[in-house]
Amino acid sequence: MKAFLILEDGTVFEGTSIGSTREVISEIVFNTSMTGYLEVLTDPSYAGQAVCMTYPLIGNYGITPDMESGRPWPDGFIVRELSRIPSNFRCQGTIQDFLVKHDIPGIAGIDTRALTKILRDRGTMNGMITTNENYNFEEIQPKLKAYQTGDVVSKVTCESKSVLPGAGKKVALLDFGAKKNIAKSLNDRGCEVTIYPAHTKAEEILKTNPDGIMLSNGPGDPKDCGPIIDEVRKLYESNTPIFAICLGHQLMALATGADTHKLKYGHRGGNHPVKDLETGHVYISSQNHGYVVDTDKLDPKVATPAFVNVNDGTNEGLKYTGKNIFTVQFHPEACPGPQDSGYLFDRFIKMMGGNQ
Amino acid sequence: MPKRSDIKKVMVIGSGPIVIGQAAEFDYAGTQACRSLKEEGVEVCLVNSNPATIMTDKEIADQVYIEPLTVDVLKQIIIKEKPDSLLPTLGGQAGLNLGMELAESGFLAEQGVKLIGTTAETIFRAEDRQAFKDTMEKLGEPVAASLVVNTVEDGIKFTNTIGYPVVLRPAYTLGGSGGGIAHNQAELVEILTNGLRLSRVHEVLVERCIAGWKEIEYEVMRDANGNCITVCNMENIDPVGVHTGDSIVVAPSQTLGDKEYQMLRTSALRIIDELGITGGCNVQYALHPESFEYCVIEVNPRVSRSSALASKATGYPIAKVAAKIALGYTLDEIPNAITKKTFASFEPMLDYCVVKIPRLPFDKFITATRKLTTQMKATGEVMSICNNFEGALMKAIRSLEQHVDSLMSYDFCNMTDEELNEALTVVDDRRIYCIAEALRRGVSYEKIHNITQIDIWFIDKIKILVEMEQRLASEELTVELLKEAKRIEFPDNVIAQLNGKLTEEQVRKMRYDNGIVAAYKMVDTCAAEFDAMTPYYYSVYGSENEAVKTNDRKKVLVLGSGPIRIGQGVEFDYCSVHATWAFAKEGWETVIVNNNPETVSTDFDIADKLYFEPLTNEDVESIVNLEKPDGAIVQFGGQTAIKLTEHLMKIGVPILGTKAEDVDAAEDRELFDEILEQTQIPRAAGGTVFTAEEAKEVANRLGYPVLVRPSYVLGGQGMQIAFNDEEIEMFMDIINQIAQDHPILVDKYLQGKEIEVDAICDGENILIPGIMEHIERTGIHSGDSISVYPAHTISQDIKDKIVDYTERLAKALHVLGMINIQFIAMDGEVYVIEVNPRSSRTVPYISKVTGIPIVDLAAKAILGHKITDMGYKPGLQPEADYIAIKMPVFSFEKLRGAEISLGPEMKSTGECLGIAKTFEEALYKAFLGAGVVLPKYKQMIITVKDADKPEALEVAKRFEKLGYTIYATRSTAKYLQDGGVDARWVNKITQESPNVMDLILGHKIDLVIDTPTQGHGDKTRDGFLIRRNAIETGINCITAMDTAVALATSLESATTEYTLVDVAKI
Repeated sequence: MKAFLILEDGTVFEGTSIGSTREVISEIVFNTSMTGYLEVLTDPSYAGQAVCMTYPLIGNYGITPDMESGRPWPDGFIVRELSRIPSNFRCQGTIQDFLVKHDIPGIAGIDTRALTKILRDRGTMNGMITTNENYNFEEIQPKLKAYQTGDVVSKVTCESKSVLPGAGKKVALLDFGAKKNIAKSLNDRGCEVTIYPAHTKAEEILKTNPDGIMLSNGPGDPKDCGPIIDEVRKLYESNTPIFAICLGHQLMALATGADTHKLKYGHRGGNHPVKDLETGHVYISSQNHGYVVDTDKLDPKVATPAFVNVNDGTNEGLKYTGKNIFTVQFHPEACPGPQDSGYLFDRFIKMMGGNQ
Repeated sequence: MPKRSDIKKVMVIGSGPIVIGQAAEFDYAGTQACRSLKEEGVEVCLVNSNPATIMTDKEIADQVYIEPLTVDVLKQIIIKEKPDSLLPTLGGQAGLNLGMELAESGFLAEQGVKLIGTTAETIFRAEDRQAFKDTMEKLGEPVAASLVVNTVEDGIKFTNTIGYPVVLRPAYTLGGSGGGIAHNQAELVEILTNGLRLSRVHEVLVERCIAGWKEIEYEVMRDANGNCITVCNMENIDPVGVHTGDSIVVAPSQTLGDKEYQMLRTSALRIIDELGITGGCNVQYALHPESFEYCVIEVNPRVSRSSALASKATGYPIAKVAAKIALGYTLDEIPNAITKKTFASFEPMLDYCVVKIPRLPFDKFITATRKLTTQMKATGEVMSICNNFEGALMKAIRSLEQHVDSLMSYDFCNMTDEELNEALTVVDDRRIYCIAEALRRGVSYEKIHNITQIDIWFIDKIKILVEMEQRLASEELTVELLKEAKRIEFPDNVIAQLNGKLTEEQVRKMRYDNGIVAAYKMVDTCAAEFDAMTPYYYSVYGSENEAVKTNDRKKVLVLGSGPIRIGQGVEFDYCSVHATWAFAKEGWETVIVNNNPETVSTDFDIADKLYFEPLTNEDVESIVNLEKPDGAIVQFGGQTAIKLTEHLMKIGVPILGTKAEDVDAAEDRELFDEILEQTQIPRAAGGTVFTAEEAKEVANRLGYPVLVRPSYVLGGQGMQIAFNDEEIEMFMDIINQIAQDHPILVDKYLQGKEIEVDAICDGENILIPGIMEHIERTGIHSGDSISVYPAHTISQDIKDKIVDYTERLAKALHVLGMINIQFIAMDGEVYVIEVNPRSSRTVPYISKVTGIPIVDLAAKAILGHKITDMGYKPGLQPEADYIAIKMPVFSFEKLRGAEISLGPEMKSTGECLGIAKTFEEALYKAFLGAGVVLPKYKQMIITVKDADKPEALEVAKRFEKLGYTIYATRSTAKYLQDGGVDARWVNKITQESPNVMDLILGHKIDLVIDTPTQGHGDKTRDGFLIRRNAIETGINCITAMDTAVALATSLESATTEYTLVDVAKI
């Protein structure tokens, strides 16, 4: 069946429908990872967005257990070519069936490189995936322009608290849409990880006297998370060691007086170089973010940059002055992407007084 | 970290002559690195014995020594040039070994020379088998269990601990001879016994067999700060068991999930970090197809063939970055030359798929076994880029120039199902075609996978191509079907052939009428995330075109020479690159089309635009449609480019330089005879034929022996000397295995002195940089002959005649640009052998030793400049003060079963140069450069045919005087003894031990002189076995008496004090 991707600037790509045939409007973003489409699909940070994979051959190894959450989150999936058959010893099914099962629409067979260049040049924009050949752009355009990702954190966070048992440090993980590998990375290092829903009050967490608090990644504009920011501020004031990733990093910055802004087309992929400003060492990192912390307005008494993106000089991490808090914009938990910055989990455990 | 201030002058070691396993990729890497060093203001002193390379140009380095790559020579150059640093990681294994030896001997420290780019310890830990194993163990990185054994008993004992099957690799044998896979004790005993015997040190490595696992490679970079990145990973379609150089390789990996991908990536980074490499490194893995188990196969602590491929596949210039790292820069300080916005500290992201196919030489060595093993056999490779795998595979296939353009090109359809099943188990270069046939017959994916161990994902892709074949053959060609066929890169001629009703032209018209045309996408290292500046393109169908119109300068299309193969080597890339530079200097916009990832010409900053595409009529036409060049230049790209001439003219592209009809006149027998008549130049009598009957008739009229050859070929492919009707029949049969568009030539064979010239003609005058003379008499291909400049044994009268004939021929053929002519001088007369109105293999060598920039001048002549205006006096140029000798280098040891005796068909893979003040020293250096390091044991074997016995006696006397003990088989021994040489008689192979074979396997013989019984039909398997065994045990083997005489001369004047010539100063 034919499908169309219609961008808010009027560009239309014609391709083939994959997954669900339902119509969807979303923010269109691209990811440059060459492997890890499954981790991308199941990363809750993509809630409210439709993802285009720049690598043209997708689905080669099918669906495996490598999922970062219980279900796929993007509103839509855009690929050049979906493999006819998957091949892998752990393969449990195809992308096509997976998308259908979770009612996620997609489009294949389009010139994904042309789409990427449009998003790069004109900035991230909204779009619609539809199988309706008789669409009327005049009617659609206002709807596309009106689309906002909104409060997607509430959509993706867990419903109730859960615990991953461990004999080591006690970590409270605030789930804004956490990828599974964050909890796993801590748990693998012996931590007992208690996962809290995003809207949990600071008091509830602090009264359990955790050794450390982990703020997770998550979707959307950090400024849409007003109430959460207030709770994060209380965590900041508690003097508990805190490590934050991605959205968590942005929320901590907003909670302590810094500002964030939207990047033209974001960083999504597994090849972004980040430099540790303390050592000068450069790590290749996994990234998925559309917003970034403004360093110009940073108060050095509160926080100073700890990591910077080598490509565009944007902030990639902060160190909080006088606090046992450090936060990063990128994803040390990888999945997909390089595992180079996994040492940060060790650093967090050390910060909590652990041996790692 | 900024640039180190203590590095001001760097010595770079090249990789020497092109041999199988060490080819043009090191010219590419070395050239890029030298330019990168010079960019930083560092003085570069280059040493490489290979004169055909671009890196040995004076534009590339400040001092250029085309000298033998031996420790002694390097020491003398270091003392003379006083570099402060030595960069050994760009010259392949050869360069690395030399750097290591210089460091270990303490010489570098003594001279105050730093090893940069790596340390001796790093090299040791990566290269030494035990040190490597220890390092991997320390890291917890798995390697396949192995043990070096000296007895069969130890081998059995060890195998019992690790289990069958095991791989056996004898130490110090060449071409993997004596090795194999043992599945049970009986096989183990058999292979091990033989392997121990073949091994000079009586050692065999017994290793756990991981054949059938996925073979994955990572290209990694690290700087002195410890920052690491991976440039690219690659997956071999052929599982472990086939050398990666002989495998079909895809980049990036296709069947690995992120988990597998990152697991191996992390491992590669740990290894490069532990080894402390500063620069590039290649790590090869075997990955179990059904688990996460893996083994590290090998680590190369240097740039390699794979890094050249990775550079071209991603656009990330590994050698350039490695050179900057060697100077002390860190990855985050080195700009990404493609985006110019980002830095070298990132990982390239591809939004396309790359396929590499090796170019195997079995069309040259018909007796060699086609089986692919862990010993590399490919002479070169092609790469293609597309946004789908099927398309990339199809493009790579037709880039090979082996008369293949689809999966139907090797026809297995006449086999029975049983035969096909059997064929599937054979691991050779035809395996994918065989799989395609199996799929046509409905054999299941599982069955094919079980036999071949090739991943089902790839088998399905082949099936998609097969399904398209079937649709094109059975359905009407609709626009939709045509679109889909083009998306997966079916060429128009194959579509027409399958359709059966439409011609290729009609298919093309249908495409154009419906707007189904190739679009070009950019290789930008970042999957379009950043705006890129570098115009490096590949074609796709069904997408938006990105190749932009540049400017309104005049535009020239330069056609490259495709994959490196015997007969068309790196020399033609040298010519293409120089032609491009020359046109750029003249203000032209330059566009290169080529498909060889190992070359300088496919580096993204050589021409204004690079199209990485197959060199076929259709693919070039698509580029022409978009670029609309003002002209095309074909005379520098070897036969590959010449073959495109006709079509380029048809589509209205002017050919710059000599016109196509004049090229034809040189190739077409009748036209050429007319020209010779008209210019009154004699040639050997001959005729043109199509059939064996005609050939025999001509041969009998001329009288045997005759030379038989197809027209329009390079490297004398298919050329043979026939002594009787029977041989004519055999040769004609071989030639006609491939359909011939042009007639076959049969000429009287004249045995005389062979002379060669390259000349430039501006339409009025000619310029001859020099005359070359061959050591071997006619009958041995010019590419396989030792060539001497200036010609030193011919009279002035002959030289004058040659100049005169060259001028007459250049004018008669209306040559504008390059011409190459081969002559025979015999009894005071000069005959023409052949004329090639194009650049030749000797151009780079002659340019360097005369200091005359031949390609540059030829390009200017093509553009209308006159020789007299370029500062040269027409005619033969004054002879240089040096004698320069070009020595052919062979790779016979890599090709099991290949016949090594020389003849009219070219067999050498590369060449090296000996340059000195005297003929004798030049000759000695040339042999040394070719790896003939004698004497060792001062024992030799002579076994020659009767006609050669008088000359063999003279040679034997000279070797005896040099202290050699001479062994000979019965009749040769008797002849030598009668002539006063104390030759020792040794039994033939078929006779009882000790015989000649025992002598060879005693590993104490320096040299075998074996001239085969005349003709191709060398039925004396004895000779063949002697030659093969000599080669496989590393004995020098000479098959022509002239070569033997030259070697004697060289050894008589052996020296350890060399005149070192800085070629950049000539």
